[in-house]
Amino acid sequence: MAQILSHLPGTFYRSPAPDQPPYKADGDSVAAGDVIGLIEVMKSFHEVKAEVAGTNIRFVADNEEPVMAGAVLAEID
Amino acid sequence: MLRKLLVANRGEIAVRVIRAARDLGIATVAVYSDADRDALHVQLADEAVHIGPPAPKKSYLDIGAILQAAVDTGCDSVHPGYGFLAENAAFSDAVAAKGLVFVGPSGDAIRLMGDKVAARSAAHAAGVPVVPGSMGRVASIEEARAILIDTGFPVMIKAAAGGGGRGIRIANNLAEFEKAFPQAAAEALAAFGDGGLYMEKVIGRARHIEVQVLGDGADAVHCFERECSLQRRRQKVWEEAPSLALSDKVREELCASAVRLARAVGYSGAGTIEYLYDDAEDRFYFIEMNTRIQVEHPVTEMITGIDLVAEMLRIAGGEPLRLRQRDIAVSGHAIEVRINAEDPARDFVPFPGTVGDLRVPGGPGVRFDSMLYPGYAVPPFYDSLLAKLIVHGETREAAIVRLVRALAELRIAGLKTTKPLFTALAADPAVQAADVHTRWLESWLDQHAGTLIPDPET
Repeated sequence: MAQILSHLPGTFYRSPAPDQPPYKADGDSVAAGDVIGLIEVMKSFHEVKAEVAGTNIRFVADNEEPVMAGAVLAEID
Repeated sequence: MLRKLLVANRGEIAVRVIRAARDLGIATVAVYSDADRDALHVQLADEAVHIGPPAPKKSYLDIGAILQAAVDTGCDSVHPGYGFLAENAAFSDAVAAKGLVFVGPSGDAIRLMGDKVAARSAAHAAGVPVVPGSMGRVASIEEARAILIDTGFPVMIKAAAGGGGRGIRIANNLAEFEKAFPQAAAEALAAFGDGGLYMEKVIGRARHIEVQVLGDGADAVHCFERECSLQRRRQKVWEEAPSLALSDKVREELCASAVRLARAVGYSGAGTIEYLYDDAEDRFYFIEMNTRIQVEHPVTEMITGIDLVAEMLRIAGGEPLRLRQRDIAVSGHAIEVRINAEDPARDFVPFPGTVGDLRVPGGPGVRFDSMLYPGYAVPPFYDSLLAKLIVHGETREAAIVRLVRALAELRIAGLKTTKPLFTALAADPAVQAADVHTRWLESWLDQHAGTLIPDPET
């Protein structure tokens, strides 16, 4: 199992915009470099990418949840 | 006079408003989110009310929660600061509907100036030069083609409902225009629920110059201009007053045009009328009006000696304008730089954190507007402005020398900030000669950003 961490403190978003579907659904496979969410910090948005490939992504942080730097956002197998 | 003021904001502007209210003997109520329990504005206000979680839409943008706080604490007035609800017409209306005074213009004035097309028409009607383009919305592509005779290329196609740089397309020739126009209409409809478009000529090398006005609903005066040409992604980073680019004659025409527009719309409160100034043609063009106090208002305060926030509070309290135009004069030169929690060497990535050692610059001609204190944890949920460093000198050269001195004194340990950017800009020959335009900083950063070294203690 690998963890995907937030490198920045801020607000976590699972989709690119409120009216669009999430980047990844629970259970999806991910390739290295895939965007799995956004962190909003000080009114700017930063993509969160998976550093390694994996299967069965499970989100630990909720959409629009405040997170600290180093927080676990999701786990992959 | 107002008796008790709710400050519907946070950060340095909330602190600034509380200070002006205190000077006038007005009691203050702060509001705060979960992320701001320890904030300076909460510490300085007479009372403070918790209004919700960190996300702005659940706290600082929650009109119901803010009005409830004002009513519960017996306030008679609300100051919106800048950002958040400051230019929200529904908020101004809602404050008035509760029987409270909104420190700013009416909802109708905010609506009029917030609609870019209506504002452009109002300016034109008041005899204020506008950028060549359509007089209102463009009904069809046939009408749009006819307007191109006036504007030439490049031309901007702008969403009537857009703003802040959103909903803009630039066409460099007819082929691009024919393609872009229908696409822009479809995008405007999708993004703003309104497919209306208008057109403006692109002014090539322009300066950003704006006029500060004060109105009481009947009369208006100006407090001269500011130049804010140093911008990154349409965000101002360095503002100064007066502008070196204007002749006395053009300055007089520019400021008089701003007063005409403020009077024409019956403006009440502090407002800013923004223009592009074309050096080559020696002409200025209205672009928009901001119906609020602005971040860069202190440069005007430094050169005129007027407390603009106090004047806003007096006007809101029902006093007619105290200042007559002949009483307002410029003394010396002032510069403001925005100290943000961003790393200018790494594409301005935000850098929230905890303030360690803090050394605030002082001495003659130096003002530091901020909400920082040692040990303050800067939250990641709001904008990155930490402080505004404002300097004043007899001449622009003297102001720059003072800026360099004050930057050297400033220390904010624990955070990366934009301080190194300003140290480098102050030493740049083009900045020293005031030979800049609105796109100058971005190309300068392409060459110099990598050389900006953060302070060793951060």
